[in-house]
Amino acid sequence: MTPTRVSKHHDDDHDHGAHQEPGFLGFVKRWVFTTNHKDIGTLYLTIAMVNFLLAGAMALLIRSELFLPGHRLIAPDFFNTMTTMHGLIMVFGVVMPVFVGLANWQIPMMLGAPDMALPRLNNWSFWLLPFAFTILLSTFFISGSAPNYGWTFYAPLSTKYGPPSTDFMIFAIHIMGMSSILGSINIIATILNMRAPGMKLMQMPMFVWTWLITAFLLLAIMPVLAGTVTMMLTDRHFGTSFFDAAGGGDPILFQHLFWFFGHPEVYVLILPAFGVISEILPTFSRKKLFGYHFMVYATAAIAFLSYIVWVHHMFTAGVPIQAALIFMYSTMLIAVPTGIKIFNWVATIFKGSITFETPMLFAIAFLFMFTLGGFSGLMLAIVPADYQYQDTYFVVAHFHYVLVPGAIFSAIAAVYYWIPKWTGHMYNETLGKLHFWLSTISLNITFFPMHFLGLAGMPRRIPDYALQFTDFNQIATVGAFIFGFSHLIFLYNIIQTVRGKGKKATKRVWEGAHGFEWTLPSPPPYHSFLTPPVFVEEASSHEAWDVSDHHEK
Amino acid sequence: MHTIIRKCCRWMSWMLLLCGVGSAFASKYNMPVGVTPISREIYTLHMTIFWIVVAIGILVFGVLIYALINHRKSQGHVAAKFHSSLKVELIWTIIPFLILIAMAIPATRVLMLMEDDSDADLNIKITGYQWKWKYDYLDENISFFSNLATTQDQIQGKAPKGENYLLEVDKPIVVPTHKKIRFLVTANDVIHSWWVPELGVKRDAIPGFIHEAWAKIEKPGTYRGQCAELCGVGHGFMPIVVVALDEPDYKKWVAEQKGVALKQANALEENKPLTKAELMEAGQKVYGATCTVCHQATGMGMPPAFPALKGSKIVTGDVAKQLSIVLHGVKGTAMQAFGEQLTDKDIAAVVTYQRNSWGNDDQAKFGKAAGGLVQPSEVAAARKASSN
Ligand SMILES: [Cu+2]
Ligand SMILES: [Cu+2]
Repeated sequence: MTPTRVSKHHDDDHDHGAHQEPGFLGFVKRWVFTTNHKDIGTLYLTIAMVNFLLAGAMALLIRSELFLPGHRLIAPDFFNTMTTMHGLIMVFGVVMPVFVGLANWQIPMMLGAPDMALPRLNNWSFWLLPFAFTILLSTFFISGSAPNYGWTFYAPLSTKYGPPSTDFMIFAIHIMGMSSILGSINIIATILNMRAPGMKLMQMPMFVWTWLITAFLLLAIMPVLAGTVTMMLTDRHFGTSFFDAAGGGDPILFQHLFWFFGHPEVYVLILPAFGVISEILPTFSRKKLFGYHFMVYATAAIAFLSYIVWVHHMFTAGVPIQAALIFMYSTMLIAVPTGIKIFNWVATIFKGSITFETPMLFAIAFLFMFTLGGFSGLMLAIVPADYQYQDTYFVVAHFHYVLVPGAIFSAIAAVYYWIPKWTGHMYNETLGKLHFWLSTISLNITFFPMHFLGLAGMPRRIPDYALQFTDFNQIATVGAFIFGFSHLIFLYNIIQTVRGKGKKATKRVWEGAHGFEWTLPSPPPYHSFLTPPVFVEEASSHEAWDVSDHHEK
Repeated sequence: MHTIIRKCCRWMSWMLLLCGVGSAFASKYNMPVGVTPISREIYTLHMTIFWIVVAIGILVFGVLIYALINHRKSQGHVAAKFHSSLKVELIWTIIPFLILIAMAIPATRVLMLMEDDSDADLNIKITGYQWKWKYDYLDENISFFSNLATTQDQIQGKAPKGENYLLEVDKPIVVPTHKKIRFLVTANDVIHSWWVPELGVKRDAIPGFIHEAWAKIEKPGTYRGQCAELCGVGHGFMPIVVVALDEPDYKKWVAEQKGVALKQANALEENKPLTKAELMEAGQKVYGATCTVCHQATGMGMPPAFPALKGSKIVTGDVAKQLSIVLHGVKGTAMQAFGEQLTDKDIAAVVTYQRNSWGNDDQAKFGKAAGGLVQPSEVAAARKASSN
């Protein structure tokens, strides 16, 4: 059995665009009340971009302060609020929304559905977010400092010793969690119920598969996070002592709860990225994804393992040796399914017919640098060595290698890949390539030296450092500025494409593209598929994949 | 075939050269080997895993680069049709699994070794405070705080930075070489982490719990580290300095410490009044080590989290109120209780210093209560009053 899709879609002649009344009020009403999966996808992508620039600017402030030793630009407390907010916003405000945005745009089209299963819920899960981030950002104006204890907000620094604004952060997290849970329910309902007739689960596109698994992860962990922050709230105001040893509690309990959420959370951030890469590599290699079944199993295995490795964030916090051993083994085990994914991607490219359009470039960069992040992850799993790595810049380098070329690059690749479909216009390829080279090179200038800094002994989250760390910090800061500003090219390119500046895109857009979304016109009709396309499984998948069959003239 | 072997040889020699260069710059680019059996074991483990992932990396990236160069459409390459193979899937599931087992075995062995802190020759309790370390020698009855010694002028860029900028303390922890030292690590307020890379020891200091670690230092010397867990605004400013001495020198140091403690106790008995100059001089030192991180050398603080002392109602008002705050802290704020960290003399000095600096002694402006001297005896009395 092989997953191939041949659609028999006929263009709807009763297509209509969004209903928008004239004037500013009409504009606002359209976007606030919209229940359309494409509109909501656009809203998610927009909020992610805004947050990306905002949290990126915070990173640049951090890097500026660290350009030289000594107190320079920002005070230590503000520095701590910057590291905290940068982390919180990048995780909850950039990577999570960007993939929900991509899911909204793509999943209905990829399944041959008209929209998401629960359109009104969809509207609500997006519109919770602007409120959550307004509350989170309002902490900058609350007396006594914004959250300043890192995005992991360990107790008791965040409970007994937390500034008053902590309560606002807790509330913001509650709202974000609600949004994620509603979004996940919607995605699961859509995938399970809205597939085109004949499309079995094991025939779904990889992006849909990874999102189905991600949605289940989210459903399981967001309530844990909500519970944790609620316990913080009662510790702070209602006299409980969950995390206070003086009252019979345990600060380590907080870490167990946080990382029981936090470790699956990093897979929430990366699994949809895996899905994107699994879509892009076959297209530009003009070859089917290698080992589809194993890719699905590996994704499920990673998701399962992600629940039983959380203690690897806490090895130095004092866990019994038996626990340390078990969690070391389970963590190392994650390398197996992750390795399967990487090997299968390489096999997909191997003996393909490769071209290097911008989405492909970002996907290849993902392959190289995500693997590098995986390697340092494997090193971190080794408990005795972790005693030296923990809470240093080695860890900072590790998770930035996993998240920036991993999650962020694949989101960027996805936008380049699908934006011609969304807008009906091609983006500017030259600017896309410029963006790619600038960001890839500067990313390595920024994060690679951090490995050395960590190994040489620089702790993370310090606003000032000993003199021997100066040169690598300077290199990292220079890289960070190039990296940050390179994304303005991206922003410009997107705006120009949306404004219809590029040449018109065809239906299929990419020579090697396959799947229902490429059978719709570019841009697609407002309600993607009004009559479900027929999913046909070919006896010989090879012929179905033959590029010449689909060549759009 | 021969060319391949020759290529391999050349590649190997390059790698060896790289290793050589690498070890020359080891301290800058790599984890220190350290001076304890554990730190050495960790280093070996670290390098083993490193070379394993380098080998895997060369393999995976090699195939990838080969494909990217040779299987381009522009080269006229036509895509092959294969898209699954149970055999290769099983190969690249099982082989990595075996490699992982090979990694796990030495890792398990080293971990067991690290956990075995039995038969210690010496026990030192380490307590993290915001933002200093306290060392209690449980067998010797020695106890002291260790503060950052780098001056605010250096941090603010008003003085050139010293060689050990931010890695120097006023009183280092002194330990003997070739003895098994057990560290009992805990914290007084928030979570800190006691980390000295060259000892291969990192232990989170958790309030209300004690965790253990151990080291057997093989070489006398000075080893520097830092707090590794975010613990608030002073997190970057609570270094650790370990001085390892050979047994005789260490014994001498212990004897000295006991003498110092005795003298301090006697001095306290006398409680003789101090002059303003004496108080101000001592006060400035205490202020620099204890208060400046938050309240700043200028006394301007960083409002609203850290209020200014300059012109403050409390510092220019009733002495008793100020003493009580310094001794017991302010609940729910970053202002901690300094009662058990500072001596009567230190507190008397620093309070006097605050009351007579930055124009706080201006009685015309702040009223009769402003300024004035505080004597150690007054601090002792305040302590007694509050303990009743
Ligand atoms: Cu993790
Ligand atoms: Cu700290």
